[in-house]
Amino acid sequence: MPPEAEVGDHWNRIMGYTFNFTPVWQSLPDLLRGLGLGLGLALASLAVGMALGLAVAFGMVSRQGGLRRLASGYVTFLRNIPLLLLIYFAFLGLPQLGIRLDKYTAFAGSLTLYGAAYMAEIFRGGLQAVPHGVVEAGRAIGLRPLQIKLYLILPILFRTTRPALGNAYISLFKDTSLAAAIAVPELTFQARKLNLETFRIVETWLVTSLLYVLTAVAIANLLRYLDWRANRREGRTAP
Amino acid sequence: MSETVLSIKGLVKSYGAVPILRGIDLDVSRGEVVSIIGSSGSGKTTLLRCINLLEEYQDGHIEVAGETIGYSGDGRQRKPLTERTRARQRALTGMAFQQFNLFPHMTAQANIMLGLVKVRGMARAEAEKIAADWLDRVGLSHRRDHYPKQLSGGQQQRVAIARAIAMSPQLMLFDEITSALDPELVAEVLEVVRELAGDGMTMLLVTHEMRFAHDVSNRIIFMDQGRIAEQGPPKSLFRKPGTERLTAFLKNSSF
Repeated sequence: MPPEAEVGDHWNRIMGYTFNFTPVWQSLPDLLRGLGLGLGLALASLAVGMALGLAVAFGMVSRQGGLRRLASGYVTFLRNIPLLLLIYFAFLGLPQLGIRLDKYTAFAGSLTLYGAAYMAEIFRGGLQAVPHGVVEAGRAIGLRPLQIKLYLILPILFRTTRPALGNAYISLFKDTSLAAAIAVPELTFQARKLNLETFRIVETWLVTSLLYVLTAVAIANLLRYLDWRANRREGRTAP
Repeated sequence: MSETVLSIKGLVKSYGAVPILRGIDLDVSRGEVVSIIGSSGSGKTTLLRCINLLEEYQDGHIEVAGETIGYSGDGRQRKPLTERTRARQRALTGMAFQQFNLFPHMTAQANIMLGLVKVRGMARAEAEKIAADWLDRVGLSHRRDHYPKQLSGGQQQRVAIARAIAMSPQLMLFDEITSALDPELVAEVLEVVRELAGDGMTMLLVTHEMRFAHDVSNRIIFMDQGRIAEQGPPKSLFRKPGTERLTAFLKNSSF
Protein backbone atom coordinates (compact mmCIF):
# COMPACT_ATOMS: atom_id res chain seq x y z
CA MET A 1 0.00 0.00 0.00
CA PRO A 2 1.67 3.25 -1.10
CA PRO A 3 1.58 6.04 1.46
CA GLU A 4 0.44 8.69 -1.03
CA ALA A 5 -3.23 8.35 -0.17
CA GLU A 6 -2.61 9.29 3.40
CA VAL A 7 -0.37 12.26 2.78
CA GLY A 8 -3.03 14.93 2.49
CA ASP A 9 -5.19 13.69 5.35
CA HIS A 10 -3.68 15.70 8.17
CA TRP A 11 -1.41 18.69 8.33
CA ASN A 12 1.08 16.94 10.60
CA ARG A 13 1.18 14.04 8.22
CA ILE A 14 2.52 16.38 5.54
CA MET A 15 5.23 17.50 7.91
CA GLY A 16 5.83 13.89 8.69
CA TYR A 17 6.15 13.05 5.01
CA THR A 18 7.99 9.77 4.54
CA PHE A 19 10.55 9.92 1.79
CA ASN A 20 10.77 7.17 -0.73
CA PHE A 21 13.55 7.59 -3.24
CA THR A 22 13.35 4.13 -4.75
CA PRO A 23 11.35 5.09 -7.89
CA VAL A 24 13.72 8.01 -8.49
CA TRP A 25 16.83 5.85 -8.24
CA GLN A 26 15.23 3.36 -10.61
CA SER A 27 14.78 6.15 -13.16
CA LEU A 28 18.23 7.62 -12.62
CA PRO A 29 19.46 6.44 -16.06
CA ASP A 30 16.67 8.49 -17.69
CA LEU A 31 17.56 11.53 -15.60
CA LEU A 32 21.25 11.18 -16.45
CA ARG A 33 20.42 10.79 -20.14
CA GLY A 34 18.43 14.01 -19.86
CA LEU A 35 21.33 15.69 -18.12
CA GLY A 36 23.70 14.62 -20.88
CA LEU A 37 21.35 15.95 -23.53
CA GLY A 38 21.17 19.30 -21.72
CA LEU A 39 24.95 19.52 -21.51
CA GLY A 40 25.23 18.71 -25.20
CA LEU A 41 22.61 21.27 -26.21
CA ALA A 42 24.36 23.90 -24.08
CA LEU A 43 27.72 23.02 -25.59
CA ALA A 44 26.41 23.23 -29.16
CA SER A 45 24.78 26.58 -28.40
CA LEU A 46 27.96 27.79 -26.76
CA ALA A 47 30.11 26.86 -29.74
CA VAL A 48 27.93 28.38 -32.43
CA GLY A 49 26.83 31.23 -30.13
CA MET A 50 30.45 32.15 -29.46
CA ALA A 51 31.20 32.50 -33.17
CA LEU A 52 28.05 34.54 -33.72
CA GLY A 53 28.62 36.56 -30.55
CA LEU A 54 32.16 37.35 -31.64
CA ALA A 55 30.95 38.62 -35.00
CA VAL A 56 28.29 40.74 -33.26
CA ALA A 57 30.88 42.11 -30.81
CA PHE A 58 33.16 43.18 -33.67
CA GLY A 59 30.07 44.84 -35.17
CA MET A 60 29.39 46.68 -31.92
CA VAL A 61 32.85 48.24 -31.86
CA SER A 62 32.95 48.82 -35.63
CA ARG A 63 33.61 52.28 -37.00
CA GLN A 64 30.70 51.87 -39.41
CA GLY A 65 27.57 53.35 -37.88
CA GLY A 66 25.15 51.06 -39.71
CA LEU A 67 26.92 47.90 -38.65
CA ARG A 68 27.20 49.17 -35.08
CA ARG A 69 23.48 49.92 -34.85
CA LEU A 70 22.57 46.55 -36.35
CA ALA A 71 24.78 44.70 -33.84
CA SER A 72 23.57 46.73 -30.85
CA GLY A 73 19.97 46.26 -31.98
CA TYR A 74 20.45 42.50 -32.09
CA VAL A 75 21.81 42.43 -28.54
CA THR A 76 19.15 44.76 -27.15
CA PHE A 77 16.37 42.77 -28.76
CA LEU A 78 17.54 39.30 -27.78
CA ARG A 79 18.56 40.20 -24.28
CA ASN A 80 15.14 41.62 -23.58
CA ILE A 81 12.81 38.88 -24.74
CA PRO A 82 12.24 35.88 -22.49
CA LEU A 83 13.97 32.78 -23.80
CA LEU A 84 10.77 30.75 -23.47
CA LEU A 85 9.04 33.11 -25.87
CA LEU A 86 11.85 32.69 -28.36
CA ILE A 87 11.55 28.89 -28.08
CA TYR A 88 7.79 28.95 -28.65
CA PHE A 89 8.24 31.23 -31.62
CA ALA A 90 10.87 28.97 -33.19
CA PHE A 91 8.91 25.77 -32.61
CA LEU A 92 5.31 26.92 -32.98
CA GLY A 93 5.52 30.25 -34.81
CA LEU A 94 7.95 29.51 -37.61
CA PRO A 95 5.93 26.59 -39.06
CA GLN A 96 3.13 29.08 -39.75
CA LEU A 97 5.64 31.00 -41.87
CA GLY A 98 6.53 27.79 -43.66
CA ILE A 99 9.72 27.04 -41.73
CA ARG A 100 9.40 23.70 -39.98
CA LEU A 101 12.08 22.83 -37.44
CA ASP A 102 12.24 19.70 -35.31
CA LYS A 103 12.14 20.41 -31.59
CA TYR A 104 15.89 19.91 -31.08
CA THR A 105 16.82 22.34 -33.83
CA ALA A 106 14.19 24.84 -32.71
CA PHE A 107 15.50 24.77 -29.17
CA ALA A 108 19.22 24.74 -29.99
CA GLY A 109 18.67 27.55 -32.49
CA SER A 110 16.84 29.66 -29.93
CA LEU A 111 19.43 29.06 -27.23
CA THR A 112 22.23 29.87 -29.70
CA LEU A 113 20.73 33.20 -30.76
CA TYR A 114 20.02 34.04 -27.14
CA GLY A 115 23.47 32.99 -25.92
CA ALA A 116 25.13 34.88 -28.78
CA ALA A 117 23.60 38.12 -27.51
CA TYR A 118 25.01 37.56 -24.02
CA MET A 119 28.39 36.51 -25.30
CA ALA A 120 28.50 39.50 -27.65
CA GLU A 121 28.32 41.71 -24.55
CA ILE A 122 31.13 39.74 -22.91
CA PHE A 123 33.29 39.92 -26.04
CA ARG A 124 32.63 43.62 -26.52
CA GLY A 125 33.95 44.29 -23.05
CA GLY A 126 36.92 42.06 -23.78
CA LEU A 127 37.67 43.81 -27.07
CA GLN A 128 37.69 47.17 -25.35
CA ALA A 129 40.07 45.80 -22.75
CA VAL A 130 42.72 44.70 -25.28
CA PRO A 131 45.54 47.20 -24.67
CA HIS A 132 45.80 49.62 -27.56
CA GLY A 133 49.58 49.66 -27.25
CA VAL A 134 49.73 45.93 -27.96
CA VAL A 135 47.80 46.44 -31.20
CA GLU A 136 50.14 49.29 -32.13
CA ALA A 137 53.16 47.12 -31.44
CA GLY A 138 51.69 44.54 -33.81
CA ARG A 139 51.20 47.17 -36.49
CA ALA A 140 54.71 48.45 -35.89
CA ILE A 141 56.29 45.11 -36.78
CA GLY A 142 54.25 45.03 -39.97
CA LEU A 143 51.32 42.74 -39.15
CA ARG A 144 48.28 43.25 -41.36
CA PRO A 145 44.86 43.99 -39.80
CA LEU A 146 43.64 40.39 -40.13
CA GLN A 147 46.88 39.05 -38.62
CA ILE A 148 46.51 41.43 -35.70
CA LYS A 149 43.02 40.06 -35.09
CA LEU A 150 44.15 36.44 -35.36
CA TYR A 151 47.42 36.49 -33.46
CA LEU A 152 46.90 39.29 -30.95
CA ILE A 153 43.31 40.39 -30.36
CA LEU A 154 41.58 36.99 -30.35
CA PRO A 155 44.04 35.14 -28.09
CA ILE A 156 44.06 38.04 -25.60
CA LEU A 157 40.28 38.27 -25.81
CA PHE A 158 39.78 34.58 -25.02
CA ARG A 159 42.11 34.84 -22.05
CA THR A 160 40.38 37.80 -20.47
CA THR A 161 36.85 36.59 -21.16
CA ARG A 162 37.37 32.93 -20.26
CA PRO A 163 35.86 33.20 -16.74
CA ALA A 164 32.82 35.08 -18.06
CA LEU A 165 32.38 32.56 -20.88
CA GLY A 166 32.48 29.77 -18.32
CA ASN A 167 29.65 31.42 -16.43
CA ALA A 168 27.76 31.86 -19.68
CA TYR A 169 28.07 28.13 -20.30
CA ILE A 170 26.65 27.34 -16.87
CA SER A 171 23.77 29.74 -17.54
CA LEU A 172 23.08 28.15 -20.90
CA PHE A 173 23.16 24.72 -19.29
CA LYS A 174 20.52 25.77 -16.74
CA ASP A 175 18.47 27.37 -19.50
CA THR A 176 18.23 24.01 -21.26
CA SER A 177 15.48 23.19 -18.72
CA LEU A 178 13.21 25.40 -20.80
CA ALA A 179 13.42 22.84 -23.59
CA ALA A 180 10.99 20.77 -21.52
CA ALA A 181 8.31 23.19 -22.73
CA ILE A 182 8.51 21.72 -26.23
CA ALA A 183 9.09 18.13 -25.05
CA VAL A 184 12.82 17.91 -25.60
CA PRO A 185 13.71 15.03 -23.27
CA GLU A 186 16.35 16.78 -21.20
CA LEU A 187 16.64 16.59 -17.42
CA THR A 188 13.64 18.74 -16.45
CA PHE A 189 11.43 16.95 -18.95
CA GLN A 190 12.54 13.56 -17.62
CA ALA A 191 11.87 14.71 -14.06
CA ARG A 192 8.38 15.89 -14.92
CA LYS A 193 7.67 12.59 -16.62
CA LEU A 194 8.90 10.79 -13.52
CA ASN A 195 6.54 12.90 -11.38
CA LEU A 196 3.58 11.92 -13.43
CA GLU A 197 4.49 8.26 -13.33
CA THR A 198 5.43 7.91 -9.65
CA PHE A 199 3.98 10.94 -7.84
CA ARG A 200 7.26 11.10 -5.85
CA ILE A 201 7.31 14.82 -6.58
CA VAL A 202 9.47 16.00 -3.68
CA GLU A 203 12.02 13.24 -4.16
CA THR A 204 12.19 13.79 -7.91
CA TRP A 205 12.74 17.53 -7.69
CA LEU A 206 15.26 17.12 -4.89
CA VAL A 207 17.35 14.69 -6.91
CA THR A 208 16.97 16.74 -10.09
CA SER A 209 18.00 19.94 -8.33
CA LEU A 210 20.98 18.15 -6.89
CA LEU A 211 21.99 16.97 -10.37
CA TYR A 212 21.81 20.54 -11.71
CA VAL A 213 23.80 21.92 -8.78
CA LEU A 214 26.46 19.21 -8.87
CA THR A 215 26.92 19.60 -12.62
CA ALA A 216 27.17 23.39 -12.44
CA VAL A 217 29.64 23.20 -9.55
CA ALA A 218 31.70 20.61 -11.42
CA ILE A 219 31.85 22.81 -14.52
CA ALA A 220 32.76 25.85 -12.42
CA ASN A 221 35.56 23.96 -10.69
CA LEU A 222 36.90 22.58 -13.94
CA LEU A 223 37.00 26.09 -15.41
CA ARG A 224 38.61 27.50 -12.30
CA TYR A 225 41.28 24.83 -12.48
CA LEU A 226 41.98 25.54 -16.17
CA ASP A 227 42.18 29.24 -15.40
CA TRP A 228 44.51 28.69 -12.47
CA ARG A 229 46.78 26.51 -14.57
CA ALA A 230 46.95 29.07 -17.40
CA ASN A 231 47.57 31.91 -14.98
CA ARG A 232 50.35 30.05 -13.27
CA ARG A 233 51.99 29.26 -16.59
CA GLU A 234 51.84 32.87 -17.75
CA GLY A 235 52.79 34.38 -14.42
CA ARG A 236 49.66 36.43 -13.85
CA THR A 237 49.35 35.19 -10.30
CA ALA A 238 51.90 34.02 -7.80
CA PRO A 239 52.68 30.32 -8.30
CA MET B 1 78.14 61.37 -48.85
CA SER B 2 76.34 58.57 -47.05
CA GLU B 3 72.99 57.23 -48.05
CA THR B 4 69.82 58.88 -46.73
CA VAL B 5 67.60 56.43 -44.83
CA LEU B 6 64.92 58.84 -43.73
CA SER B 7 63.80 61.94 -45.52
CA ILE B 8 60.95 64.12 -44.26
CA LYS B 9 59.73 67.16 -46.14
CA GLY B 10 57.12 69.67 -44.98
CA LEU B 11 55.38 67.36 -42.51
CA VAL B 12 52.17 68.93 -41.20
CA LYS B 13 49.88 67.31 -38.67
CA SER B 14 47.02 68.59 -36.57
CA TYR B 15 44.34 67.16 -34.32
CA GLY B 16 41.29 69.03 -35.55
CA ALA B 17 42.15 72.70 -35.17
CA VAL B 18 45.15 72.06 -32.92
CA PRO B 19 48.43 72.07 -34.88
CA ILE B 20 50.94 69.48 -33.67
CA LEU B 21 53.60 69.52 -36.39
CA ARG B 22 53.99 72.72 -38.39
CA GLY B 23 56.30 71.77 -41.22
CA ILE B 24 59.09 69.38 -40.32
CA ASP B 25 62.07 68.83 -42.64
CA LEU B 26 64.53 66.19 -41.58
CA ASP B 27 67.07 63.89 -43.23
CA VAL B 28 68.79 61.04 -41.44
CA SER B 29 71.75 59.20 -42.98
CA ARG B 30 72.55 55.53 -42.63
CA GLY B 31 74.26 54.82 -39.33
CA GLU B 32 73.34 58.16 -37.87
CA VAL B 33 72.02 58.42 -34.30
CA VAL B 34 69.68 61.36 -33.86
CA SER B 35 68.05 62.34 -30.58
CA ILE B 36 64.99 64.54 -30.42
CA ILE B 37 64.58 66.61 -27.29
CA GLY B 38 62.01 69.20 -26.30
CA SER B 39 59.33 69.84 -23.74
CA SER B 40 56.17 67.75 -23.70
CA GLY B 41 53.67 68.80 -26.32
CA SER B 42 56.39 69.92 -28.72
CA GLY B 43 55.47 67.12 -31.14
CA LYS B 44 58.43 64.74 -30.67
CA THR B 45 56.41 61.57 -30.14
CA THR B 46 53.91 62.49 -32.84
CA LEU B 47 56.77 62.89 -35.30
CA LEU B 48 58.01 59.36 -34.58
CA ARG B 49 54.50 57.96 -34.84
CA CYS B 50 54.00 59.59 -38.25
CA ILE B 51 57.20 57.96 -39.52
CA ASN B 52 55.84 54.56 -38.51
CA LEU B 53 52.37 55.37 -39.87
CA LEU B 54 50.72 55.04 -36.49
CA GLU B 55 49.36 58.55 -37.08
CA GLU B 56 47.81 60.09 -40.16
CA TYR B 57 49.15 63.47 -41.24
CA GLN B 58 47.67 66.17 -43.41
CA ASP B 59 50.59 67.23 -45.57
CA GLY B 60 54.18 66.45 -46.38
CA HIS B 61 56.34 63.55 -47.55
CA ILE B 62 58.10 60.85 -45.65
CA GLU B 63 60.55 58.57 -47.42
CA VAL B 64 62.16 55.56 -45.77
CA ALA B 65 64.97 53.92 -47.73
CA GLY B 66 63.81 55.76 -50.84
CA GLU B 67 60.19 54.63 -50.60
CA THR B 68 57.39 57.16 -50.05
CA ILE B 69 55.48 56.07 -46.98
CA GLY B 70 51.77 55.99 -46.32
CA TYR B 71 50.32 58.04 -49.15
CA SER B 72 50.38 58.33 -52.90
CA GLY B 73 49.93 61.47 -54.96
CA ASP B 74 50.05 65.12 -53.98
CA GLY B 75 47.65 67.89 -53.11
CA ARG B 76 44.12 66.88 -54.06
CA GLN B 77 45.31 63.56 -55.47
CA ARG B 78 46.87 62.60 -52.15
CA LYS B 79 45.46 59.23 -51.05
CA PRO B 80 46.32 56.83 -48.25
CA LEU B 81 47.90 53.62 -49.52
CA THR B 82 46.15 50.32 -48.78
CA GLU B 83 46.56 48.84 -45.30
CA ARG B 84 48.43 45.96 -46.88
CA THR B 85 51.04 48.25 -48.39
CA ARG B 86 51.25 50.29 -45.23
CA ALA B 87 51.80 47.15 -43.16
CA ARG B 88 54.75 46.25 -45.35
CA GLN B 89 56.10 49.79 -45.09
CA ARG B 90 55.81 49.80 -41.30
CA ALA B 91 58.18 46.86 -41.20
CA LEU B 92 60.85 49.10 -42.79
CA THR B 93 61.08 50.86 -39.46
CA GLY B 94 61.23 49.31 -36.00
CA MET B 95 59.71 50.97 -32.98
CA ALA B 96 60.17 50.67 -29.24
CA PHE B 97 57.49 52.22 -27.07
CA GLN B 98 57.41 53.94 -23.72
CA GLN B 99 55.09 51.25 -22.33
CA PHE B 100 57.02 48.31 -23.93
CA ASN B 101 53.78 46.85 -25.35
CA LEU B 102 54.92 43.25 -25.36
CA PHE B 103 52.33 40.71 -26.47
CA PRO B 104 51.09 39.59 -23.04
CA HIS B 105 50.06 36.09 -24.13
CA MET B 106 53.43 35.15 -25.60
CA THR B 107 56.80 34.27 -24.13
CA ALA B 108 59.79 36.54 -24.68
CA GLN B 109 60.93 34.32 -27.53
CA ALA B 110 57.49 34.12 -29.14
CA ASN B 111 57.24 37.91 -29.00
CA ILE B 112 60.35 38.18 -31.14
CA MET B 113 59.37 35.33 -33.47
CA LEU B 114 55.88 36.52 -34.41
CA GLY B 115 56.99 39.20 -36.86
CA LEU B 116 59.75 37.03 -38.31
CA VAL B 117 57.35 34.19 -39.08
CA LYS B 118 54.20 36.11 -40.04
CA VAL B 119 55.65 39.21 -41.68
CA ARG B 120 59.02 38.05 -42.97
CA GLY B 121 57.70 34.57 -43.80
CA MET B 122 60.58 32.84 -42.09
CA ALA B 123 60.54 29.14 -41.12
CA ARG B 124 59.99 28.62 -37.40
CA ALA B 125 63.40 27.05 -36.83
CA GLU B 126 65.17 29.99 -38.42
CA ALA B 127 63.06 32.52 -36.51
CA GLU B 128 63.77 30.65 -33.30
CA LYS B 129 67.48 30.92 -33.91
CA ILE B 130 67.30 34.65 -34.60
CA ALA B 131 65.13 35.21 -31.53
CA ALA B 132 67.62 33.28 -29.40
CA ASP B 133 70.50 35.34 -30.79
CA TRP B 134 68.78 38.61 -30.00
CA LEU B 135 67.71 37.52 -26.53
CA ASP B 136 71.35 36.67 -25.96
CA ARG B 137 72.45 40.10 -27.16
CA VAL B 138 70.11 41.90 -24.79
CA GLY B 139 71.25 39.62 -21.98
CA LEU B 140 68.00 37.68 -21.55
CA SER B 141 68.73 34.16 -22.79
CA HIS B 142 67.65 32.83 -19.40
CA ARG B 143 64.26 34.56 -19.74
CA ARG B 144 63.40 33.03 -23.13
CA ASP B 145 60.30 31.15 -21.93
CA HIS B 146 59.08 33.83 -19.54
CA TYR B 147 55.90 35.75 -20.12
CA PRO B 148 55.94 39.57 -19.95
CA LYS B 149 54.27 39.59 -16.52
CA GLN B 150 57.18 37.57 -15.18
CA LEU B 151 59.76 40.12 -16.34
CA SER B 152 60.86 43.41 -14.81
CA GLY B 153 60.18 46.63 -16.71
CA GLY B 154 63.78 46.83 -17.85
CA GLN B 155 63.70 43.24 -19.08
CA GLN B 156 60.42 43.81 -20.89
CA GLN B 157 61.84 46.83 -22.64
CA ARG B 158 64.93 44.88 -23.71
CA VAL B 159 62.72 42.16 -25.18
CA ALA B 160 60.66 44.83 -26.93
CA ILE B 161 63.81 46.33 -28.44
CA ALA B 162 64.99 42.86 -29.52
CA ARG B 163 61.57 42.22 -31.09
CA ALA B 164 61.86 45.39 -33.18
CA ILE B 165 65.52 44.97 -34.17
CA ALA B 166 65.17 41.29 -35.06
CA MET B 167 63.06 42.39 -38.02
CA SER B 168 66.21 44.11 -39.37
CA PRO B 169 64.56 47.48 -39.97
CA GLN B 170 66.19 50.25 -41.97
CA LEU B 171 65.64 52.62 -39.09
CA MET B 172 64.87 52.21 -35.39
CA LEU B 173 62.54 54.59 -33.59
CA PHE B 174 62.75 54.82 -29.81
CA ASP B 175 59.90 56.65 -28.13
CA GLU B 176 60.86 57.65 -24.57
CA ILE B 177 61.81 54.08 -23.85
CA THR B 178 63.02 54.74 -20.30
CA SER B 179 60.26 57.08 -19.13
CA ALA B 180 58.12 54.30 -17.65
CA LEU B 181 61.02 52.59 -15.89
CA ASP B 182 62.12 52.71 -12.30
CA PRO B 183 65.36 54.71 -12.07
CA GLU B 184 67.49 51.68 -11.26
CA LEU B 185 66.35 49.90 -14.46
CA VAL B 186 67.14 52.73 -16.86
CA ALA B 187 70.83 51.93 -17.26
CA GLU B 188 70.38 48.36 -18.51
CA VAL B 189 68.07 49.55 -21.30
CA LEU B 190 70.27 52.46 -22.32
CA GLU B 191 73.22 50.09 -22.44
CA VAL B 192 71.42 48.00 -25.07
CA VAL B 193 70.71 51.10 -27.14
CA ARG B 194 74.31 52.24 -26.79
CA GLU B 195 75.51 48.91 -28.16
CA LEU B 196 73.12 49.10 -31.09
CA ALA B 197 74.40 52.57 -31.88
CA GLY B 198 77.92 51.18 -31.78
CA ASP B 199 76.90 48.53 -34.33
CA GLY B 200 75.90 51.22 -36.79
CA MET B 201 72.10 50.95 -36.49
CA THR B 202 70.34 54.06 -37.77
CA MET B 203 68.31 55.45 -34.89
CA LEU B 204 65.94 58.23 -34.05
CA LEU B 205 65.34 58.62 -30.34
CA VAL B 206 62.89 60.72 -28.41
CA THR B 207 64.34 60.99 -24.94
CA HIS B 208 64.50 62.93 -21.72
CA GLU B 209 67.85 61.42 -20.80
CA MET B 210 70.03 64.40 -21.70
CA ARG B 211 73.29 62.83 -20.58
CA PHE B 212 72.58 59.76 -22.69
CA ALA B 213 71.51 61.81 -25.71
CA HIS B 214 74.69 63.82 -25.38
CA ASP B 215 76.88 60.72 -25.25
CA VAL B 216 75.28 58.52 -27.88
CA SER B 217 74.04 60.91 -30.59
CA ASN B 218 75.67 62.29 -33.72
CA ARG B 219 73.06 64.99 -33.78
CA ILE B 220 70.52 66.55 -31.43
CA ILE B 221 67.25 68.03 -32.60
CA PHE B 222 65.43 70.46 -30.36
CA MET B 223 61.73 70.66 -31.10
CA ASP B 224 59.51 73.49 -29.96
CA GLN B 225 55.82 74.02 -30.73
CA GLY B 226 55.74 71.62 -33.65
CA ARG B 227 58.90 72.86 -35.33
CA ILE B 228 62.55 71.96 -35.32
CA ALA B 229 63.85 75.00 -33.47
CA GLU B 230 67.50 74.07 -33.46
CA GLN B 231 69.80 71.19 -34.32
CA GLY B 232 73.45 70.28 -34.30
CA PRO B 233 76.15 68.04 -32.84
CA PRO B 234 75.54 67.43 -29.14
CA LYS B 235 78.66 69.15 -27.87
CA SER B 236 78.05 72.50 -29.50
CA LEU B 237 74.29 72.40 -29.03
CA PHE B 238 74.45 71.70 -25.33
CA ARG B 239 77.30 74.10 -24.73
CA LYS B 240 76.11 77.00 -26.84
CA PRO B 241 72.34 76.82 -27.39
CA GLY B 242 71.37 79.28 -30.11
CA THR B 243 67.87 80.03 -28.91
CA GLU B 244 66.40 81.25 -25.66
CA ARG B 245 63.91 78.39 -25.70
CA LEU B 246 66.66 75.76 -25.75
CA THR B 247 68.64 77.63 -23.09
CA ALA B 248 65.57 77.61 -20.85
CA PHE B 249 64.80 73.97 -21.67
CA LEU B 250 68.32 72.80 -20.85
CA LYS B 251 68.33 74.78 -17.62
CA ASN B 252 65.21 72.90 -16.51
CA SER B 253 66.50 69.48 -17.57
CA SER B 254 68.45 67.28 -15.26
CA PHE B 255 71.82 66.16 -16.56
